[in-house]
Amino acid sequence: MNKIGLIVSREYITRVRKKSFLIMTLIGPVLFAALIVLPGWLATIEDREVQEIAVVECDVNGQPVPDSLQFFRDVIPNKENIAFTYLTGMKLQDILKAYEATDYDGVLFLPQNLISSGREAYVEFYYRKPPSMGMEVHIARSIEDFLFSNKLIVKNIPADVIQSLETKISLNRINWKSWPAQHEDTTDVKRGLGYVGGFLIYIFIFMFGAQVMRGVLEEKTSRIVEVIISSVSPFQLMMGKIIGIGLIGLTQFVAWLILTIGISAFAQQVILPKPAAISMEQVVPADIMNQDASVVQPVINNGNKQEAAMMLSGIIKQLGQINIFLVIGAFIFYFLGGYILYGSLFAAIGAAVDNETDTQQFMFPITIPLILGLFVMINSFINPSGKLAVWFSIIPLTSPIVMMARIPFEVPVGQLLASGALLIITFLGTTWLAAKIYRTGILMYGKKVTYGELWKWIWYKG
Amino acid sequence: MFLFSARNIVKRYSNHLALDRVSIHVPEGTIFGLLGPNGAGKTTLLRIINQITAPDEGELFFAGRKFHAGDVVHIGYLPEERGLYKKMKVGEQALYLAQLKGMSRQEAMNKLKHWFVKFEIQAWWNKKVEELSKGMQQKVQFVTTILHEPKLLIFDEPFSGFDPINTNLLKNEIRELKLKGSTIIFSTHDMGSVEELCDNITLINKSRTLLEGDVHEIKMNHKLNVFEIGFRGDQEPILNALNGNCQVVDQYEGEQDRFIKIRAGSGITGNDMLKMVLPHASITSFNEVIPTMNEIFINVVEAQNQSKSHNHE
Repeated sequence: MNKIGLIVSREYITRVRKKSFLIMTLIGPVLFAALIVLPGWLATIEDREVQEIAVVECDVNGQPVPDSLQFFRDVIPNKENIAFTYLTGMKLQDILKAYEATDYDGVLFLPQNLISSGREAYVEFYYRKPPSMGMEVHIARSIEDFLFSNKLIVKNIPADVIQSLETKISLNRINWKSWPAQHEDTTDVKRGLGYVGGFLIYIFIFMFGAQVMRGVLEEKTSRIVEVIISSVSPFQLMMGKIIGIGLIGLTQFVAWLILTIGISAFAQQVILPKPAAISMEQVVPADIMNQDASVVQPVINNGNKQEAAMMLSGIIKQLGQINIFLVIGAFIFYFLGGYILYGSLFAAIGAAVDNETDTQQFMFPITIPLILGLFVMINSFINPSGKLAVWFSIIPLTSPIVMMARIPFEVPVGQLLASGALLIITFLGTTWLAAKIYRTGILMYGKKVTYGELWKWIWYKG
Repeated sequence: MFLFSARNIVKRYSNHLALDRVSIHVPEGTIFGLLGPNGAGKTTLLRIINQITAPDEGELFFAGRKFHAGDVVHIGYLPEERGLYKKMKVGEQALYLAQLKGMSRQEAMNKLKHWFVKFEIQAWWNKKVEELSKGMQQKVQFVTTILHEPKLLIFDEPFSGFDPINTNLLKNEIRELKLKGSTIIFSTHDMGSVEELCDNITLINKSRTLLEGDVHEIKMNHKLNVFEIGFRGDQEPILNALNGNCQVVDQYEGEQDRFIKIRAGSGITGNDMLKMVLPHASITSFNEVIPTMNEIFINVVEAQNQSKSHNHE
C-alpha cells in the first residue's frame, strides 16, 4: 500500500539528509576499525611502561644468599616492559620496609627450597600495582621451566637432551576439499571476516533498533501520532518506520562497502610498488616447516612498506577464494532479519513508555540475548562448527550475530535453511506482538507501564 | 440526512467502562457539539470515529451506509493534544500529512499555497516547526486538518492556545466550512462557542448520553420560568404584589435601574406576572431568562452526579 511507501520515504529521506548520517558514513569504517583494534592497542600502550621488579632470594634458613650462590639469578628473562633486578645480600623484610625509599614496582620472593617443591607451589609477589596477567604468566612460566630442567639436571640428564625435549607445534592448515590443488589456507581471513560481519550486525541492530525506538518515542511525545494514525493504521506506521530505518542501515552498509573497497584499492596503489610483480610464492614463505604459516608472514626484509603490501595482497588473494557474495548476501539477510526482529521490539518499547529514561527497564531483556550472541560469536569464530556455535546460529534471537561468524566457513545447507526459516518466523511473531503493544501504547500517557500491563495490551481487541 | 451516526457504542478498558451505549447522530452540513466534563469519554468516542480504536460493541454509519476503514480519508481530525514533527519543515510536513490523507503531491501543493496565503503564513514554509510559536504551530495544524476538504471535520478543543484574534479567525473559518457544505463535530468545554457555532449537541457524562438535540430546543426545554424585571424604586411593593407565588432567584443593581430575577410559580406566565407587578412599580424592562448552555451543562451534570451518588448510598 502506498501509504506505507510514504512513511518509509519520509523516514528515509529525513534521516539520509541529516549531517550525522553523512559523517557516520564517512568515518564509520574508521570508527569500527578502531573499535576492533583499539582494545588490543590500548593494552600494548599500557604495557610499554617498564615495570621494575626486584627479585629477592633466600636460603633454606631464610637468610640472604651471596651473589655466587644464587640459584635463581637471571632465571626470569627481562621483557620489553618488565625489568628484573636480582638483589643480593638482602632480606625480604629489608626491601619491604623500604617501600617509600625504593622505586621498585614489585618484589618477587624466591626461597631456595622451591627447588625441592612438589607438584604445586606458591611464590610471593609484593606489588604496588597489581601485576598484569601477562607478567604473572611470564614469571610463573619462567620459574616452571627453570625448575623443570633443574630437576632433570639433578637426575643427570644432559642439557642438550633437555633442550630437545620440547617441541612447539602450530597447525599448518590445508583445506582438504581443495587438495591436491595448491590452495592456501584461508582460515584466518575467514575468521576475520566472520568476526567483522557478526560484530557489524550486533552494532547495526543496536544502533538502528535504538533509532526505531527513539523515532516512535518522538512521535508519541510530540503527539503527532494521533493525527497520523487517523490516516493510516498503527501497524502501517510502525512498519513504515522500521522499513525506512532498515533501508538507512542498508544504505550505510553499501556505502561502507564501496568506501572500503575504494580505500583498499587506493592503498594498494600507493603502498604496492608493482602489484603484479608480487606472487603468492613470495608472500607465503617457501619453507613452511619453520614458519607459523597461519599468519601470512613476509620474510623479505625490504622495509615495512613492502611487508604491508604483501599482507594486503595476501588478504585480497585469500578473499578471492571465499564466496564473498554468500557472505554479503548472508549479511544482508541476517541484518534485515535480526533488525526487524529486534527493531519491532524496540518500537514496542518506544510506544510503551513516555520518555527515554523509562526505556531502561524494558531494554534489559532485549539486550541480554544480543550480548549473549556477541559472546557466542566471539567463541564460534574460534570454533565455527562447535555445538555452541551451531545451536546459537540456529536459535533466532542470536542467529544473526552468530551465523555471520560461521558463514565464511562452509555451513551445511540444512542448518542455513533452518536458521533462516526460524528467523523469518520469529520476526513475524515479534512484529505481531510489537504491533499489539504499539497500538495501545502510543495513545497511553502518564502511566508507568509494567510487564503485566503489556501482557494485557497484547490481548486487547482491535 | 445524517452524514455520520454512531449507534450504541460500548468501549471497555480493563478497569472501567469508557462508553456505555452512546449514540450520536450528526446531520449533514451542520456543526455538532460533543460535550461533556473531563473523563466523560469524548476523546474515546472521537478516536473510535477516527478508527484509531475499535469499539467493543455498536456500529458506525457514514453517509447512509456502514462505515469502513477507508472512510477515514473523508475525515479531518484535529486532536486535543496537538503535535507535529518538530525537526521537520512546515511545508514538507504539511505535504506529507496531506499525502497520507490520499491527496496527490501536486494537488496538496496547490491547496497548501492557497491556505498559506489566506492565513498569511507563507513565510513559514521553510521553517522548522520547532522555530514556530505554539499558536503558529496550531495554525499550521489547522490547515493540515482541513486541507483535503473532508466531508467530516472533527475538532477537539480547537480554540485552546489561540489568542482572541486568532480564535475569531478560526470561528469564521469554521462557519465558512459549514457554508461550503462540510459537516463538523466539535468537542469543547467552552460553552460560549457552543452557543455561537453549534446546531446540535450531545452531552455525555460518566460514559452515558445525558442530553441531546437541537441547541435552541434544548435551551427552550430548560427554561425554568424565570423572569428578569428591571425597575426603579423600592422592591418591596413588587414582592408584595407577587404575593408569595414566586421565588426570588437573584437581585442586583445596575447603573440606574435595579433588577430582580424571579421564578414564577406553576401556572403563572410572564403576562400574569407583569400584570401583577405593573401597578406597583416603575418597570423599565421585562425579560424571560433563557438559560445559557453553560448553566444547562452544569445543572444536568451535577444533577446526574448527585442522583448517582444517592443511588450508590
